[in-house]
Amino acid sequence: MLKESAQGFLAEFAPVAELRKQRDANSQSGYADNLWAQMADMGWAAILVPEAYGGLEFGHVGMGQIVEQTGRTLTASPLFATAVLGVTAINAAGSEDQKTQLLGSIASGEITTALAVDEKIHHAPTQISLSAVKRGSGYMLNGAKRFVADGCTADKLIVAARTGGEAGDMNGISLFVVDRTAAGVEVERTDMTDTRNYANISFNNVEVAEAALLGEEGKGFKALNTALDVGNIYLSAELLGIAQETFDVTLQYLKERKQFGVLIGSFQALQHRAAHWWSEVELCKSVVLKALQTLDEGDKKAPALASIAKAKLCEVAELATNEAIQMHGGIGMTDEYDIGFFIKRARSAQIMFGDNSYHTDRFALLNGY
Amino acid sequence: MSNLQAFRQETRDWLEENCPPSMREPVKGGESMCWGGRNFKFESKEQQQWMERMGAKGWTAPDWPTEYGGGGLDKVEHKILREEMSRLNARSPLDSFGIWMIGPALLKFGSEALKQQHLPPIVRGEIRWCQGYSEPGAGSDLAGLQSKGEDRGDHFIANGQKVWTSYGDKADWMFCLLRTDSEAKKQMGISLVLFDMLTPGVTPKPIKLISGSSPFCETFLDDVRVEKDQVVGEVNQGWTIAKYLLTHEREMIGGMGMTDAGAETLSQMAARVMGVEQGRMNNPILRADVAKWEIDGACFGLTAERVTDEAKAGSGVGATSAMLKYYGTELNKRRFETLLKINGSDAMIWDGEAANHGWLPRTWLRTKGNSIEGGTSEVQLNVIAKNILGLG
Repeated sequence: MLKESAQGFLAEFAPVAELRKQRDANSQSGYADNLWAQMADMGWAAILVPEAYGGLEFGHVGMGQIVEQTGRTLTASPLFATAVLGVTAINAAGSEDQKTQLLGSIASGEITTALAVDEKIHHAPTQISLSAVKRGSGYMLNGAKRFVADGCTADKLIVAARTGGEAGDMNGISLFVVDRTAAGVEVERTDMTDTRNYANISFNNVEVAEAALLGEEGKGFKALNTALDVGNIYLSAELLGIAQETFDVTLQYLKERKQFGVLIGSFQALQHRAAHWWSEVELCKSVVLKALQTLDEGDKKAPALASIAKAKLCEVAELATNEAIQMHGGIGMTDEYDIGFFIKRARSAQIMFGDNSYHTDRFALLNGY
Repeated sequence: MSNLQAFRQETRDWLEENCPPSMREPVKGGESMCWGGRNFKFESKEQQQWMERMGAKGWTAPDWPTEYGGGGLDKVEHKILREEMSRLNARSPLDSFGIWMIGPALLKFGSEALKQQHLPPIVRGEIRWCQGYSEPGAGSDLAGLQSKGEDRGDHFIANGQKVWTSYGDKADWMFCLLRTDSEAKKQMGISLVLFDMLTPGVTPKPIKLISGSSPFCETFLDDVRVEKDQVVGEVNQGWTIAKYLLTHEREMIGGMGMTDAGAETLSQMAARVMGVEQGRMNNPILRADVAKWEIDGACFGLTAERVTDEAKAGSGVGATSAMLKYYGTELNKRRFETLLKINGSDAMIWDGEAANHGWLPRTWLRTKGNSIEGGTSEVQLNVIAKNILGLG
């Protein structure tokens, strides 16, 4: 039911045409102004928030279905950065006070968040070097982040910083909640291929209070890792939506387009490729569902499943978007046609928090080889 | 205690008491599988006991009706039995084309007399079956088969040649496709018939494969008498049943090879042989091959589970079995190519005790047939394109 209502809402208020409109208008946020308020009204901001903090605690399988649908419609919104990443990081690391205050405000749609992790062009969460130095009762932050999703619009930045150890250490990483508008925070909107709002953010002697520290000093990596695993599973769900939508649209095209006097779908060269693509999507459905279930069950296998799902979905989303363009022929290369938006979004989602090679490597490491 | 809990407890107790210790160890390749039949040489007394005890209880075919010797278990009970068997690491008591293929077809399409005659001996492992489908001129294009059954009133006289008859030289009975109406168009005019391999005129000859083994035969039919009461379903309507059986075969082959032969997984073996330094296996290219295979293997395993669950919920596996067959066999081939790379020159040792009698190169070569038998990968892609995607 959630899936159907999400389908209906997204098709009406945030279809691919809306993304095109936002792009053509050079929109700062990348989505319509009232979109998040509408989503919050439907409770989407609160789905992953525990009941104790004013949420619905509806679970990951349900939320995953919504995010999968946003892959079909290429809907840009704060859903991922706020309702998935923000909620997960705060819930995993925060004190009772922080959870009560921040999760409550997220659930009601009052605030949005962004998770600032990467500093280099490749995802490497242990390599964090942005420094947070104790100063008086608070901390001072110096350094820079890049590829921060919703970094231009979020009210609160959740910043992974180093309070001890060296780049490469898991110990010594701490999470801070910083106002985007705080003094010394410089947000630069990057013009990206998928036209969503990402930022490069520099922190120049940014002073934050002790209460800005999320959880314990130096022990933030565990919560960060949890947020990244959850994030990667949701990116996989979105990529599943992309793989399915591009497949459906392409299959329809194979049944309409005529060349040499016959439908191109009658050519075995294309039939076999379509059948292989469909088979790969079936595998993707299974692994995304399992990964979401694993989150709901609090299973220890979540990190491995996050990497399995992300690696597989990166591979298949790449196949899907490339095949979609090729099978559409010339029309697939035109900006007028929607397929181009799918390949652009797919690659960004693939790269965010580690691509196929990153997660294949991580999967092997988790399995001891 | 609920009925199901009681069933689980009874099952557990019965298995504890009746499953011999040696039947709780993994099988060592195809050699130690139990196929049953009139001529079967049991590996051990315990293997025979295990088959007979399970057969008597109907648990070699747990979900078949008790009136035909089956276990009469519903889906939930069947699942409990499987779980309890795997808890003990119990081997399959009987592997049989009777249980996997002709049995289900008889249950669905056979007359009451045929069910009564053939099903109980299948359950007890007394009769071993083989499949007479492919012919030298009819492989992927199965409906082009030419072996004829000439109508002689109460019986047919069969003439022709079958090929790729699995274990044709060891089987007791054959289920066989014959053209019984040569006037009718291709798919029409085919009948599915059953006959004893000892019937005069039936001659199976083993075919030696590139793997060195001979799991298949070519089977010659020279004036073989086939009784009309041994036709499954209606005369000339055998194609529907043949297709149903092919679906079963696809599921069977698709699921094979995904379980590891030993306790060691692909990556464990790779790490052991190649060595690991600073957490990463030596040879980064091979390491990536292994990891990608394990990721695909995990996704495929989850898909087989999901599809089976959905089938039980009512939507049926149907054409999806073509995907499982296609993907599963291609994965299995990839697995053995990777095993070969891991084991270097050792992988080429063809014989000798130390190399487990060439298990690796022989099995590797055997997997090449996985994507041919039961319909090639290309045929499976055709089935997906036509039946699922609706591409003409």
